[in-house]
Order: sequence, then C-alpha cells, then structure tokens
Amino acid sequence: MPFVPHTEDEIKEMLSVIGIDSIDNLFDEIPSHLKIQGLEKVPAGLNEMGVNRLMQNRAAEDGQAICFMGAGAYDHHIPAAVWQITTRGEYYTAYTPYQAEASQGTLQLTYEYQSMMAALTAMDVSNASLYDGASAVAEAVLMAVRSNRKSKSRKILVPRSLNPVYTTVTNTIVKHQNIELIDVAFDGVTGKTPMSALEGFTGEDITAVVISQPNFFGTLEDVGKITNWAHENNIFVIAVVNPLSLALLKPPGQWGETGADIAVGDGQPLGAPMSSGGPYYGFMCCKKTLVRQMPGRIVGRTVDQQGREGFVLTLQAREQHIRRSKATSNICTNQGLVVTASTIHMSLLGPEGLKQTAISCHQNTQLMVEKLTAIDGVDLVFDQPRFHEVVLRLSKPAADIINTLADQNILAGYDLSNDYPAQDYPELENCILVCATELRVAEDIELFAAALAEALK
Amino acid sequence: MLIFEHSAKGRQTKIQAATGNKMPTDIPVELLREEAPGLPEVSEMQAVRHYTSLSQKNFSIDTHFYPLGSCTMKHNPRVCNSLAMLPGFLSRHPLAPDQNSQGFMACMYELQEMLCDVTGMAGFSLTPMAGAQGEFAGVAMIRAYHDANGDTERKEILVPDAAHGTNPATATMCGFTVKEIPTLPSGDVDVDALKAAVGPQTAGLMLTNPSTLGVFERQIEEIAKLVHDAGGLLYYDGANLNAILGKIRPGDMGFDVIHSNLHKTFSTPHGGGGPGSGAIGVAERLKPFMPLPVVAKTEFEKEGDGYRWLTEKDCPQSIGRMSAFMGNAGVLLRAYIYMRLLGAEGMRRVGEFATLNANYMMAQLKARGFEAAIPDRYASHEFIITLKKQAKELNVSAMDFAKRLLDLGYHAPTTYFPLLIPECLLIEPTESEAKEMLDGFVEALVQIQQEAEADPDMLHNAPYTMPVNRLDEVRAAKQLDLAWSAEKD
Amino acid sequence: MSEIPTNVRYTSSHEWVRLEDDGTVTIGITDHAQDALGDIVFVELPEIDSELSQGAACCVVESVKAASDIYMPISGVVVDTNQVLVDEPEMINSSSYTDGWIFKIKPADEDDIEQLMDASSYEAECDDE
Repeated sequence: MPFVPHTEDEIKEMLSVIGIDSIDNLFDEIPSHLKIQGLEKVPAGLNEMGVNRLMQNRAAEDGQAICFMGAGAYDHHIPAAVWQITTRGEYYTAYTPYQAEASQGTLQLTYEYQSMMAALTAMDVSNASLYDGASAVAEAVLMAVRSNRKSKSRKILVPRSLNPVYTTVTNTIVKHQNIELIDVAFDGVTGKTPMSALEGFTGEDITAVVISQPNFFGTLEDVGKITNWAHENNIFVIAVVNPLSLALLKPPGQWGETGADIAVGDGQPLGAPMSSGGPYYGFMCCKKTLVRQMPGRIVGRTVDQQGREGFVLTLQAREQHIRRSKATSNICTNQGLVVTASTIHMSLLGPEGLKQTAISCHQNTQLMVEKLTAIDGVDLVFDQPRFHEVVLRLSKPAADIINTLADQNILAGYDLSNDYPAQDYPELENCILVCATELRVAEDIELFAAALAEALK
Repeated sequence: MLIFEHSAKGRQTKIQAATGNKMPTDIPVELLREEAPGLPEVSEMQAVRHYTSLSQKNFSIDTHFYPLGSCTMKHNPRVCNSLAMLPGFLSRHPLAPDQNSQGFMACMYELQEMLCDVTGMAGFSLTPMAGAQGEFAGVAMIRAYHDANGDTERKEILVPDAAHGTNPATATMCGFTVKEIPTLPSGDVDVDALKAAVGPQTAGLMLTNPSTLGVFERQIEEIAKLVHDAGGLLYYDGANLNAILGKIRPGDMGFDVIHSNLHKTFSTPHGGGGPGSGAIGVAERLKPFMPLPVVAKTEFEKEGDGYRWLTEKDCPQSIGRMSAFMGNAGVLLRAYIYMRLLGAEGMRRVGEFATLNANYMMAQLKARGFEAAIPDRYASHEFIITLKKQAKELNVSAMDFAKRLLDLGYHAPTTYFPLLIPECLLIEPTESEAKEMLDGFVEALVQIQQEAEADPDMLHNAPYTMPVNRLDEVRAAKQLDLAWSAEKD
Repeated sequence: MSEIPTNVRYTSSHEWVRLEDDGTVTIGITDHAQDALGDIVFVELPEIDSELSQGAACCVVESVKAASDIYMPISGVVVDTNQVLVDEPEMINSSSYTDGWIFKIKPADEDDIEQLMDASSYEAECDDE
C-alpha cells in the first residue's frame, strides 16, 4: 500500500487491541449515508515510474524559454549548494520550531536570516518572513495603521508605479478594515512618483505612503525626498524594495533623514527559482520601536539554564494562537524552506557577490536597452536612472509581438497594456516591461534583438 | 556559532556570482549604497558545513517520529520533491504566455478537479499560500456572498471554542465580530448554545470536523441545517481532512466553503514552518467569488483543447487576488504528484490508517493508565491525553513530558492545545508510521510516567541530550536580540 | 491565595482602581491577574491626554504566554503613565498594587468608582473562576 506500512497481521493485532473487528468500525459514529463509495475524478494510483514519465512529459511540454520577463519574478543564478542543502530532510521535513530544544537548526538559521535582512535593508529588525511580496505590502499597510498613532485617517497613499498586482492583493486583504488606498499618479515623462503629486496631501491626515524602489517600471524614485516629506507630515513610510538591488542601492533604513519605517518586498531574487510564481517569500523589516506591531513569527537569541546560547520563537503573545481575534494578523506559517534557501544563498554570495550580481544585472539591462532601442519601432519610454528593468514602446501591439517571440522560445517581457490583473496602464499602449538579469548575457540579448527586429518589420 | 562568526573580510566565493566589474555611473550617487551590508563573507565549504551541521540540530519527519497533533506530519515521498524540481518547472516564469505553460496548467487543472472530488465541492482555487490565507479567502467569500445579496446586516461569525486561533483572527480581519460557541464534554458542539446564537446577524459558522478534540462532530447535519436556515454559510477548516480522506466529504456534510492544508493532507513538506498551501473549495453558489487566478479548460484556435487562466474579466465578483502570481506553485505540484501516486484507493487508505493508528495508540495508552480526554469515543486521526492528574499529584506538567520525550528520541506531540483541555498532549501519528514506532512511543510515555513518580525534579530539567536545554523565554522577550551585528557581539 | 487589599476597588477584568487625594485615579492590575499572566515582559502604556470611556481597551500587558488588554474601569482622561514599567515591566509582578501601577486618569465622574467591586466581592469572584 502506498506510504502505509501495515502488514495484514499487524492490522489484526491492532484491531484486537482496540477491540473491534474491522477498520470500518472506527467510522461507526459517522452517519452511514455520508460515507462515499469511491471517487470519480481521481484516477487510479501510478507507481513511481509512471509518475516520472507523466511529470517529465509535462515539464518538457512547456520548454525553457530565454527569459526577459521580470515584473516581480526574476531569473537569477542560484548556486548548486543552495537547494542541495535546503532539501536535506532535516530542513525539508521539520515543522515550525515549537520545541525549541529540538529545533535549534531552524531557529538559528532564522535568526541568521533576520540578521541578514536587517543588514541588507539597514533596518533594525526583521521577522521570519511572510508569504510573498504582495501580501507583505498588505501586512505592512495593516501594521502602519496599527502603529502610526499620530494618524487616525487610515488613508494610505499608493503610487501607481507600485507593481499593480501588489496593489490589488493589498486591496483584497485590507478592504474590510475601513482602510482607504489612494492612487498617486506617476509622471508620464520620467515614470517616477512626482513630489508634486504627493505635496497635494501635505497637511492632510495620511497614515502611510508606499514607495517602491525600483518602481514597477524599473525607474528609481526620489526616495530620500519622499521619505523626508512623509515624516515632516507624520506619515509612515512603507518601502517596497528588491532585496538584490540593495547590495547596490541605498537601503530603506537610510532613506532621507530618518529612514523608512517598514521595509517589505519579495525575497525571490535571493535564491528562489521562478517556479511559476512560488513558493517565494515576503520579507518584512521595521524600526525597533514598531517590533511589537510586526506580524508573523520572530526568532530571538537567549540562553538556556546553563547559560548556553540558544534561539526561541519570541513575542508570540502577538500571534493568533494566543491573541485569537485580537492578533496582529491571522498569519500562522511563514515560508521557512525558502528562507532557508535564501539564507544559504546570501551566505554564499556575500556582500560583494550580491553587489557584483546587481551591477551585472544593471549592465546587461543597459546593453539590452542600447541594442533594442536601435531597432526601428522600439522606443525608450522613461529615460531615467533605473535598475534592471525598463519600459519600451513598440510600433505594433505588444501582445502580438510577445506571442511571436514566445513561439521562438523567447519571453519578450510583460505587456503593460494588457488587462492582467486589471486595465492598469491604458496610457502605456503597446508598451512592454523588459528585464535583463546577470544570466542574460550579450549572446541572449543579440538573439532577442534580432527576433524583435524581425517581428516588428 | 553563527555564520557571521565564520566570516573574514575580503573572503569571497567568486565562482558563484556574476562579475559586474565597475560601478555604474548612470545612477545618481545619492541613490547608491555607501557601505556594504553586514553579510557574512565565507567560502562555499564553510557555508555548506555550517548549514549542514545546523540541520543536524533539528528533529524532522525524516529523522524522528513527529506526532504533532493537528499538523499531520506524514511521510513526504521524495519523488514528489524531485519531480516538482524538474528544470522545466523551476524555470517557468509565472507570467509566461499560455502556449508555454500547458504542461504546468494541465497539472493545476487536474489538481483542482481532484480536490473538488475528494472534498465534494464544486470549484477550487489554488491561490491561497497557507491555511490562514485560505481561511481568509473563505470568510471573505462569505462576506462577498452576503453583500452581493444585499444582506449586509450579517456581521457575526460563529466559532466553536475549540477552534484553531486562526479562525477568530481571520474573521476579525474580514471585518466580522466573533462569537464563541461552547463545546460539550463529549467533544460535540453544544447545539443548544448554537440554536441560541444563530440569527439574522449570523454570517457563518467556522467548523473543523473532526474537531481539534480529535472526534467526529456527530450532529454535523443538524448544525448545517441550523446555520443554513438562519441564512448563514458553513465554513470547513480543512486542518483535519486527513482523518476522513476518501471516506466522507465536507461538501456532503453541508459545508459551503473549505480550505485544504495541502501541506498536511497531501504531504507537501512543512519546511521548518512553510511554505504551505491553503487551496480553497466552494459550493456552486460561491463559485463566482473565488480568489483568482483559477485554471479553466478552453479551446484554442489552432491547437485545440487546452488551459487558460480565468481573470477578473471572467469573474467580476471575485474577492480578488491573494498573491502576486498564482500561489505556491511548487507546493501545488508536490500535492498533485502525491495525489497521482495515491489514486482514489490510496486516498481512502490514508483516512483509514491514520484513524487506525490513532485509535490503536489511544487504546494502548489507556491500557497503560493514561487518561484520554474523551475516553468513550473513537478517536479520529488524533487524540488527546490529559496529564492533569500527574500535574496535581506529581507536579509534573505536560511540558515536562514533552521535553523528556525529546531525550527518548521522539518529537513531542502538540502541547496545551486545544486550550479547553488542561495539561494536554494532542497526538497525531499519521498513517505512515509502522506499528513498532507507535509501540515505542507508548513505551516512552510509560517510562516517563515511571520517572515522574520516582523523581519529578529530573523531568523538570529535561531535556538533557539536546544541543540546549530549556531556554529563557522571559529574557528573549524582554532583552530583545533579534539580529546579530558586528558591534554588538 | 492572592493579595486583595481593601483600600482599592476592582473590576471583573482584574484592574484595580484607587482614588487619590488630588482627585486623580490610579489604575493597575491585581495580584491575581499578574499571577495568571506570569512573567510580564512588556507594557504598552496609554497615550497621555487620551480621553477614553469605560470599558475601552487602553493598553496591553504582555507576558511570554499571553497578551492581555487593560480596560478602562471608568471613563476619564489619561494624565500620567508609569514610565518605570518601560524598562522594568516585572514591577507589576513584584508589586502590583504599589510601584507596579500602570496609569492615572482624571475621571469624568468620581462617583463612577462607587459602582466598582469592593475587596470582598472581588475575592468572591476570583474564587468562582
């Protein structure tokens, strides 16, 4: 029997200990008309050979395209050691470290992860992770509403230059709590959130402003100015950042005079494969004064009875299993296994490796911009400082071009004029969002340019 | 020793990183980082050795019996992992066009269909990334359903007092108030109290069945009728679905919406605390409200039958999106592979043998003098032992038993949950454990009982064989040390 | 047996209330409550000048195993908070009725205190738990 070790003799013995004749007796309390006779849509079980064949065929069917698509999921190199260690049974098949003494591996690793994220973002503290970048923004908004005591309005400024699906997800999660998300326009020429759009809110009671760096278009925002403006107006700053970029770009803890209050983002670029959208993880860091309002699990360092260093889940009194309806969030698990991968990934790359990777992404993107904009029918939309992603306008409908190149096994980018998840950018008709990571070397870019030129003819 | 303590300035594993060479000149200086982040600088060997030796400080299913009640720590077949990590799956961009995604989408479509079948629901969305997110989606759908019917005065969600803490927390996040319904000593919901509580303000009832007390809710049909007659909907917390897999279905019991913890019932790894997956199933009337995206069958112009994602355009009443893409795809693939390995017959065996193992252990422990919390009923896939007598007479707590079990090579069961039962151990052996392991665990508890009688102090200081013994949690919460820094150490 | 002094009034949610000579009212949690919570690790104090009505959750006392809301025993305006608790929250464990006081209010109506329980009623209520 698959994954059931019992022999016939053992079953008999066990039944006699219980004092019944058959396993079915154990279900006697259940009304018999509720019992089912079989399943219609579940096929007969396959053996391991059969399931191998099935899945290898399915995986092969999708090909392995050369990826110039980003939009929240990025194709980076992951050192071989990362997932080899991560899938060790001791990490892969453990659970939340409820028994600290028997979980020091997971606990210490999580403490190291928190330390690395705090260092990378230049924030004081990090939690043990949330589900993904989008839901992390939602949790950050809820946290800002709880902790900005100077504001009563529950109004949050959300620039349109934030990944629109992050805004959508945030709306799904916070909309039942009288929180108002207010759109802030981007500048049609620069792609940035202009100070003028924010200054219209000066003097109003606003709870928080969300700033993403780089923004969804790859453009770099004036994060220092925005942070200073927000803090002068008692507005919390929620930074949404690409963690890899932080090896190169100014970290949220150092934005403006006082730094962001909460920093979140998706950890995928740090060791998680694109894998159709997950599992990734959301990270969340904040100022020390806000730590008790932070959702999710947190590991702390302490000592045991003999004074030996050890690690425990701490600040659990905020969590749902104790606070129930008054908890900071209903969040229960984190994305532990992906955090494990990410911690090992950061250790292997170190500060210099991450920085070199970030620079390499940037350089490849600049090369790509140069090659693609040389094509007739391709124009650069926002000519601004950027990080590893860029908006290009095509002379033909973006969807057609993307499909043509997909047939040639090239993912040409994200269609900004499409209706996924909603009609987000009607003003960016025929525009695509394109990304080159460190893996998209000159050879790939040449191939892309040639295919695109041909398609636009 | 922390990874940071293996670090030496300037040490690099260059071979694993790209080479960027010179700093970009096209980014304004004020947007650039000034000082390198305080990350470790170690060699590959140092990192591999450090994280391998850290792993060895963990108990896990692969190394130990892990009867954590309510968590379904069953065997994770290795083939589910290796096939979900085929390069074709790992390198697929989540927004890749449909024509580059048919293999993956076929798996997801079939997973939706199989989940509908085993739960008796009409539709499934795979997007929630954990049980708590599934719960959120479910309760948000209940709200959307009432709102769509103009039924806006339903502000209250009923939750039995034995429920998981996520239930009331979720209801609050969806803007509902929570009313607790008491549980009878038999483990069933107090139906009289429920009758008194339901009314025009009732939006729904959240129920786990079998309950967290490890017994089947016998009056489920009456409860469903009470809630439905009052105009409310019934939410099924799928935490304990393993107990009834292939035997009975939540949809047939009258539930309108359920979440399934795929990391429990369908054996995706728990990963040290995630990633999970809280796929959500609905009855016909809630289908328009499902979170997106969902995979649908379609006909393509050129290629014929295939699959596509349903979006807001197809489902304008959807509660929306819960994740940036489509949820924890890699977890969903593992669940899919597991279900294909089991087949219909294998699923039925899961429910049967999980139940057999729990009842066998409960019978053995009762025979050895332990007190079951609900002694006169069959257990579901888990059961509760209460140590209140030991606590009173010997001053030995459930926590002491739990810690001592670690010394004897067993992960502890869930302790102090459900909150209703004093000094409790919630034990869930799962179907994957062989009889000799169950016997060994019973003997270990018997040994600890003897130790408690002989020398209770010895138990107060357990464990003795772990890398650390009991940790100072008060200090951890008071003198918060949540991140290492070079200056501090 | 927990300590239940007779010179203060009590609520069923385990706050104690003392009318001071200057007309302010000092509020803390009872010995019974601190014992049930265990080692207190953090106190979130209310904002000075906030005006709160009876029954409003105004601050949180946190131990390792629980976080417990403190409710306004009577309506009033917060005029002072015990800053010692910021660094020494354990003061609530060691002297819940004296140095472990939490905050002071200016009551909306002094007579509201009369409606609260006296020591013997509170003792009876604790015995029932």
